[in-house]
Amino acid sequence: MSLWNAIAVGLKEIWAHKFRSVLTMLGIILGVSSLVAMNALVQGMENGARESLVAVGGLAKVRVEAQPVPVEQRHMRDLAVGVTMNDVRALKNSAPEAALISPEMRLDGYNPTLAANGKTYRTWMTAGVWPVQAELMEHKIAHGRMFTDMDDEFARNVVVIGTGIRDELFGKPEDTGEPVIPIGQTLTVNGYPFTIIGMFEHYESEQDRKTRELQEKEKAAQLAAQLASGSTNQPSGPQRSRGWGGGRRGGSFAFWIKNNTVYMPLNTMWMKMKSGQSNAPAVPTLNSIEIRVADPLRINEALTQIRNVLMVNHRGIEDFSFRTQEDWADQINTFIGSARMSGGLIAGISLLVGGIGIMNIMLASISERIREIGIRKAVGAGDVEVFVQIIIESTVIAVIGGVVGLGTSFALIQLISSVTPTDNAPVVTAGSMAIAFGASVTIGVLAGLIPAFRAARMNVIQALRYD
Amino acid sequence: MALLELRNVSKIYQLGGEEIRALDDVSLDIGGGEFVSIIGPSGSGKSTLMHILGCLDTPSHGTVTLDGTEVQRASARELAHMRNRKIGFVFQFFNLLPKLNVVQNVELPMIYAGVSSSERRRRAEQALDLVEMSHRLKNRPSQLSGGQQQRVAIARALVNDPKIVFADEPTGNLDTHTGEIILTLFRKLSQEGRTIIIVTHNPEIAAVTPRRIEIRNGKVAEKVDERLAGLIRPGAIAAPAVATAA
Repeated sequence: MSLWNAIAVGLKEIWAHKFRSVLTMLGIILGVSSLVAMNALVQGMENGARESLVAVGGLAKVRVEAQPVPVEQRHMRDLAVGVTMNDVRALKNSAPEAALISPEMRLDGYNPTLAANGKTYRTWMTAGVWPVQAELMEHKIAHGRMFTDMDDEFARNVVVIGTGIRDELFGKPEDTGEPVIPIGQTLTVNGYPFTIIGMFEHYESEQDRKTRELQEKEKAAQLAAQLASGSTNQPSGPQRSRGWGGGRRGGSFAFWIKNNTVYMPLNTMWMKMKSGQSNAPAVPTLNSIEIRVADPLRINEALTQIRNVLMVNHRGIEDFSFRTQEDWADQINTFIGSARMSGGLIAGISLLVGGIGIMNIMLASISERIREIGIRKAVGAGDVEVFVQIIIESTVIAVIGGVVGLGTSFALIQLISSVTPTDNAPVVTAGSMAIAFGASVTIGVLAGLIPAFRAARMNVIQALRYD
Repeated sequence: MALLELRNVSKIYQLGGEEIRALDDVSLDIGGGEFVSIIGPSGSGKSTLMHILGCLDTPSHGTVTLDGTEVQRASARELAHMRNRKIGFVFQFFNLLPKLNVVQNVELPMIYAGVSSSERRRRAEQALDLVEMSHRLKNRPSQLSGGQQQRVAIARALVNDPKIVFADEPTGNLDTHTGEIILTLFRKLSQEGRTIIIVTHNPEIAAVTPRRIEIRNGKVAEKVDERLAGLIRPGAIAAPAVATAA
C-alpha cells in the first residue's frame, strides 16, 4: 500500500467525520497557534529590548564612575583624586583589554541651557568627550562631521548634536515638511557660542520607525486628498500636545536619551566652560570614563585589568566604580527566558491535550471499524499495513490541525496585539513555525501509536465476526 | 502433490480451563481444480477447518501445506501474504467496505499486493466484467442488492488470480433464485479450472459439488450423510423442530 494511498484513505476517513475531526483538531490548532503566537510576542519583546541595549553601546561598554571613598578607607580620603585624565592615559598605556577609551566631562550642578534660533532647551546629556566617543556609543553621523582630535587640541567651540536637540530648537522635519539640518548654525551652551558642525542620525526603535512611517503615509494621503478636493484650507485650531506618554514608553527611553545628546571636545568643555568657574578643581576631573572592552566575553578579565591599572593611579583608594550593561542583559535574558517558558508551557499543554484528543478519537475510530480491519486483513493486509494506516490517519489529522494552527496564529497575534498593544511588534520566526509544525506531526504520530498497535494486533477471525 | 494437504491437523481452544478440540486429527488432500464442499452441522468444526485452510488461523498440531508452503510455521506477515496472493474469500455477509464504491472494493486486495493504480483499475474492471457487474462500478455496496454485492465480493476474491477461492455460506444470506445465480457462477469458475471450496450446510449446494467433505465433531466423517450432502431429494430435509411444533 503506497503512502499516497494511505494518506488518501486517511483524508477520506477525516472527511467522512467532518465535525468530529474538526473538534479533534481543535486542540492541535490551539496548541500550534499559541506556540507560534507566544513565540512571536516574546521575540518582539526581545528584539525591542536588545535594540535598546545595543543603542547604548551593547555589552562591551563599561563606564568608570567616581564614587565616594569606601568606609574602611575614609582616613585616606584626602589622598583620593577622583577620576582624572591621568586614569585615561594610564588605561591607554597599560590596559590592552580596554579597546576604546573616552573621557567624559559634564557641567556640574545644573542642566546646561541650550539656546539657538530664539529658543532655549535644557538637557543633561551635554558632555565634553573625545571624538572616539561617537564610535563607543554607537553614534552615526548623518550630516556634517564629528569633531576631530584637532578640534579637541585647539579647544574649538564646536558641537555635534542629536536630532532631539534639533527638534526642540530648530523644529521637527515632520512638522515643517522638509529636512531641517542646522549645520553651521550657532548654538549657545550656557551663553557660550558654539558652531554646530555635525548631527547624528535619528535613532528610534523598529516599532517607532514603523509607526512614524505609517503616520507619514497617512499624512501624505490626507494631503493628497486635500489637493484632490481642491480645498486649500488647513485644519485650524490650537495645537494639541498629547502629553508625556508618546515616544517615551519602555525601551524607547534609551533612544530618546540618545537623540538628546550634545557632544563638544573635552578640552573645550574643560578650558572654556569649567576651569574658569569658581568651584573648579585644579586638575581636570572627569565625571566618567567610557570604555569599550576588546571582547565582551572576557569582560571580567578586562574589568580586573582596568581596576588594577586604576588602583595604581589611585594609590589603592577605591574611589571609582564600574557600571556595565550586564545586569540589563541578564534582566533581558531572565525576562525573555521566563516569558518563553510560560508561553511554551501553555502551548505544550494544549498540544498535549490535543494529542490525547487525537488518541481518543482514533481509539473510537478503530472500534467502529473492527470489521473493516478484519476485511482488510482477510484480503491480505498485514499487521504493518494496518498499523501504518492508523498512524497515517492520526498524523493527517495532526498535520491539518498544525497547518490550520499556523494560519490561526497570525489571527491570534493580531488579536493579542489589538487587546494589549505593546511597544514591540510581534515577530513570527520561521524557526518557531517549524518547531510548532514539527511538534504537531510528532504528536500525531505518538497519538496514533496505541490505537494503531491495537488495530494491528486484532485477530482476523474475531474482527470478521464482529458486528 | 495436492494443492492443499492437511496431515493430522488439530485445533484446540482453551475455554475456561476446558479443552475444546474444534478439529481433531484431520488429514485430507484437495487437488488443484477441485470443486469441493465442506459440510457438517453447526459446531462441527467446519468453520475452523476453513479458517485453517484459508490461512486465517494456524493449527495447534499437524501440518498444512498450501501450494508447497507449510502454513503452520508461517509468520503473521507470511499468512497475510498468502491470503493476498493465493486465496480469495467470499463471505456469507459479503463483507464489502461500505465507504468504498464497487471498483475500490475490488481493488482492495491489489492495493496490498502493490499493483499500480492503472493496472488495478484494469484488472478490477475485468473481474467485474466476469461477474457481470461492470455496469455498477461507481455504486456503493449499500446501493446494491444482496446478489449484486455477493458478485462484487466474488470479483474481489478473484482479482489477484488466487489458487483457491473459499466461500463461506455464499448463498446463506440470499434468496433461492439469487443463490442459484451465485452457484452457477461458482460452477462456471470451476469449469474454468479454479479450485473452489464452499463451506455450507445447504444440501442443495453440496449436491452441486463433485466432492463433499463432511466434518462431524471435529473429524472427517467416514461416510457422508446423504441428506446433508443433498443426495436425497426434498421432502427428506427435516424442517426445524420448532416449526413442526407450531
